[in-house]
Amino acid sequence: MSRVNILQIVSFFIYLFYQVLILKNIVLFHTAFCFLYVAYLLVLPVESNQITLMLIGFVLGFSVDVFYDSLGLHALACVLIMYARNSWLNVLTPQGGYDSNSIPSMSMNGIQWFVVYAIPMVFLHHTILFFTEAGGFDMFWFTMLKIMNSTLFTMLAIVIAQFLFPYRKRL
Amino acid sequence: MERLFYFLYRYRAFFTFLALEVFCSWLIIENNQFQGAKFFNSSNSFVAGLNNFSQGVREYFSLRETNRLLAEENAALRNSLEQRSHISLADSLGQKIDSALIKRFEFVSAKVVNNSVHRFTNFLTIDKGYSDSIKSGMAVISSTGIVGKVKTVSKHYSVVTSLLNKDVMVSAILKRTGHYGTIQWNGQDADFVQFNFVPRHVNPKKGDTIVTSGFNAVFPRGLMIGTIDEVSLADAALFYDLNVKLSQDFRKLTYVEVVKSNLKMEQDSLELSVEKMNR
Repeated sequence: MSRVNILQIVSFFIYLFYQVLILKNIVLFHTAFCFLYVAYLLVLPVESNQITLMLIGFVLGFSVDVFYDSLGLHALACVLIMYARNSWLNVLTPQGGYDSNSIPSMSMNGIQWFVVYAIPMVFLHHTILFFTEAGGFDMFWFTMLKIMNSTLFTMLAIVIAQFLFPYRKRL
Repeated sequence: MERLFYFLYRYRAFFTFLALEVFCSWLIIENNQFQGAKFFNSSNSFVAGLNNFSQGVREYFSLRETNRLLAEENAALRNSLEQRSHISLADSLGQKIDSALIKRFEFVSAKVVNNSVHRFTNFLTIDKGYSDSIKSGMAVISSTGIVGKVKTVSKHYSVVTSLLNKDVMVSAILKRTGHYGTIQWNGQDADFVQFNFVPRHVNPKKGDTIVTSGFNAVFPRGLMIGTIDEVSLADAALFYDLNVKLSQDFRKLTYVEVVKSNLKMEQDSLELSVEKMNR
């Protein structure tokens, strides 16, 4: 159990620093951002308590915010998707239910399931993020364009990361 | 009472959610104000140190460009020095200039360690802080145009609100005709800002220069902002829609100068006292 926790903590920092040191500088077509760190939140164990999830989401979002000079923004979006996550996982329960100690990753349930699981989460995260940042619906279509492009970019990065570093079935 | 506790316990996840979201919203609102949260931003030493390292790596990719810019700036400075020595020669015969006016603005050079242009509210971090007597509210300029205003300061670093920030407004003049207006960014293209409140009777043309007006005592008068790129006037509009191409490419900022305005306090307090009288 403690080994799992240590792995989780290490990957927390890897995702965080990869995001704020490298991905922060990568913006495609002036509209597509890559927020790969969301993947860390998405693949936390299925059976995690909702409150724990939200606290982890808050801490990760807050840490990203400190580097982005946008205090509260990422934290807000992360807490929201973490609140919604367990309900969404219940909706998507595969036949026979989740195994105990399983994690909702691609190697567990296949790419199709994972994409269906992750896209709405990433989309929700980006919608909250960009509309809050824009401070309203003044530039609705431009913000929507940002959301769409960023969702595609982030999803691509998440899927590639899942291929490169597949989580084993049981940690 | 027991039922109340039971209720709270039953929906504890929802209440935690609510509490966290309210806290986040409070942070966002607080941080939007001019001098929000002092510690949790990229001027704190750990974050700034990491950014410094990251910028150090990035710098190697722009050495050639930086060299060229510095050389150009050198040339421009030498030119103005030349002119100045002529003027001072002429002045030594004529009247004396008030020494306070000569020392009105001082410049501190700083390196940009963190920068963004793609968000709606962009900030940059520079490597000078209050140990170099930088205070919040000071203007930041570069050799080719204005950059922004200092937002928060730590010992060795400061966070600067970039001109590319939806909430920043700068008073400016159309140089050819002398009409005043306000520069504000609409959040879309990092190459262009909008010049607002130019009335119908003015006739702005493509290519006209926009400079700072010096009205708010933050930016010195006459600093380059950019040139008009697109002029449009809707049928019933009171003001022109002017798109201004920035003279400073914000993607390539490496060195900036912080402007210390020594007479700002005096001007501000004078204007404030007039405002009080009028009330």
